[in-house]
Amino acid sequence: MTTLTAPLKSWPSRQPIVFLMLAAVVWLALYQTLNPAAEALVAALPVDRASHLGGALQFFLYDTPKVLILLTGVVFVMGMINSYFTPERTRALLAGRSEGAANVMAASLGIVTPFCSCSAVPLFIGFVQAGVPLGVTFSFLISAPMVNEVALTLLFGMFGWKVALLYLGLGLSVAIVAGWVIGRLKMEAYLEDWVRDMPKMSAEFEATGMTLGDRIEGGFHAVREIVGKVWPYILGGIALGALIHGYVPEDFMASFMGRDAWWSVPLAVVMGVPMYTNAAGVIPIVQALLAKGAALGTVLAFMMSVIALSLPEMIILRKVLKVRLIATFVAVVASGILLVGFVFNAVL
Amino acid sequence: MDIKVLGTGCANCKATIALIGQIAQAKGMTIKLEKVEELRDIMAYGVMSTPGVVIDGKVVHAGGIPSRDKIEHWLAAA
Repeated sequence: MTTLTAPLKSWPSRQPIVFLMLAAVVWLALYQTLNPAAEALVAALPVDRASHLGGALQFFLYDTPKVLILLTGVVFVMGMINSYFTPERTRALLAGRSEGAANVMAASLGIVTPFCSCSAVPLFIGFVQAGVPLGVTFSFLISAPMVNEVALTLLFGMFGWKVALLYLGLGLSVAIVAGWVIGRLKMEAYLEDWVRDMPKMSAEFEATGMTLGDRIEGGFHAVREIVGKVWPYILGGIALGALIHGYVPEDFMASFMGRDAWWSVPLAVVMGVPMYTNAAGVIPIVQALLAKGAALGTVLAFMMSVIALSLPEMIILRKVLKVRLIATFVAVVASGILLVGFVFNAVL
Repeated sequence: MDIKVLGTGCANCKATIALIGQIAQAKGMTIKLEKVEELRDIMAYGVMSTPGVVIDGKVVHAGGIPSRDKIEHWLAAA
């Protein structure tokens, strides 16, 4: 593939190292001044800082830029990292490996390989065609949309590093185990015939000679594409978090999504299936549920179900998989998510 | 020049077609712009991430909406 570079380069591409160091300094400085800036802004407004409104305003004015700055930084860095892990390269890394370790690798690569849900099917076929085992392919397909930098950054920014880390660990575990189980079940016969009959191809890939400048361009591109798309959801999520604070009783959700209601986890998973949105879209709901006393395990199960199991995606997958394999996929992944929810609620 | 956009009909694919058409029109170029939505045909190009762009039979781009600069460069190269 020939990547034609634009004739006129911007200065970050010409002096990548200088740009990266400068950007890091500016980013850190911005991040550090956020809290004082928000306090000063609230103080300048004719609102009592100690009042409920004052508290909500401070929360909103601090959290919104905090999450957005975090996200911009992370997406930029991931945009650069992504340029090292094209789907073609990931496929070459996975092809011909035996299951087990390869499932772990596939799930981990799912985090750093750029992935758009509309590419799920071409990617699926491309992997299988190049001899990546079916179960390993599934590990990748489950992990890629579910465990990604946007979900992790938002969880970190809004709920702290523990929740983010738990989501990372559990998301990877679900992807690894579910993929491994599907591999054990030997379901290759339930690929659609035309997929099975496609000529095998080699998984070679040409490394495109990218410079650091090109990768920086990649970072900018990712920021424009991702942050430009998800900021309204984040704003909505934080505003919702700030608003519902006083208006819905604190334990409203606890009664039917709390830890004591065992059926809340399966309910959360079932509710998640017809909903189709990305990690950013589900965050406002997660925020609202958690703020009102829903149990963390239940909420994380809900989030995983919304992202990993979706009706529209199954309809697209139907073009390449027979019903039986789709049903197995759903059953295995749903069981994994259920387990996550139950274990979480029991341990915490 | 013959341009094909590979994609299963997602939002990014439509945006890619619109952008290429728009830039070509702004330059007053006549191009043959075609979308390929059938999965089997897409796979035949060996593309794994959509939207992909094929110019005169050669894959020049895969994954994500191509930048305006990139498209202008393709068109200028013709």
